[in-house]
Amino acid sequence: MQAIEKTAKTVQEAVKQALNELGIEREEADIEVVEEPSKGLFGILGVKPARVRVVIKNTIGLRAKQILGNVLGAMDIAAEVKVHEENENVHINLEGSDLGVLIGRRGETLDALQYLVSLSVNKNQEHRKKIFLDIEGYRKRREETLQKLAIKLADKARQRGRNVVLEPMNSLERRIIHTALQGRDDIATFSEGEEPYRKIIIAPKKY
Amino acid sequence: MREVVEILAKALVDNPDKVSINMVEREKSFLIELKVAPEDMGKVIGKQGRIAKAIRTVVKAAATKQKKKVIIEII
Repeated sequence: MQAIEKTAKTVQEAVKQALNELGIEREEADIEVVEEPSKGLFGILGVKPARVRVVIKNTIGLRAKQILGNVLGAMDIAAEVKVHEENENVHINLEGSDLGVLIGRRGETLDALQYLVSLSVNKNQEHRKKIFLDIEGYRKRREETLQKLAIKLADKARQRGRNVVLEPMNSLERRIIHTALQGRDDIATFSEGEEPYRKIIIAPKKY
Repeated sequence: MREVVEILAKALVDNPDKVSINMVEREKSFLIELKVAPEDMGKVIGKQGRIAKAIRTVVKAAATKQKKKVIIEII
């Protein structure tokens, strides 16, 4: 946990300096006024500056932000890390240009990074939080692509009257496909194989 | 790359001060050797090597600018 003390003429000024130095926002810090400023007598006798102690809040989201910041720094990648915590979920979005390298093939790198960040921030915690890492809305776009693909392949399965086997996907992506097709009564979906090669099969229903 | 392995490893283990990393440049690859405290081995390898695989994936991304392969060994 990082903390610093700062002195300045006013409390506000001292807080501002401390936040600047730590590189964090006001809401990411716990602030304690160690000493109130005093103008003294006629501004000469007993003039005391304000003294504050600023501590970085130790939440899971902020720890995630810090680790990601460190990793991105080491990779020479400039990106803004935006964290949004709600209940049991922590949503992190990375914004910047040229972040494709962090997404990787089919989101492989993004998933790996999300997994590692989640492990490290939840390490030895009593209450675990789920980490959702996204880059420039990649996951949303991927979800839409998969939904379209699901509908296309379901039509194909029905027309040909044969099973259509999809390529291996992780559980989240399989779930998107299952969900997209669960309302259809002309086909059925199920998964086959062992992780990480588990894949979906779309089967036409025969009447 | 070395730094990326170090940050990730230190974030995962219980004894970050016992993490040590050695990088050797070879003809066609970089070999990064990662050493952690014996009781932390599981934290950098994971069930069926899942964590080790994730570390390798991220480091591979960090090394795309390099022409050489990166090999990470946990010892």
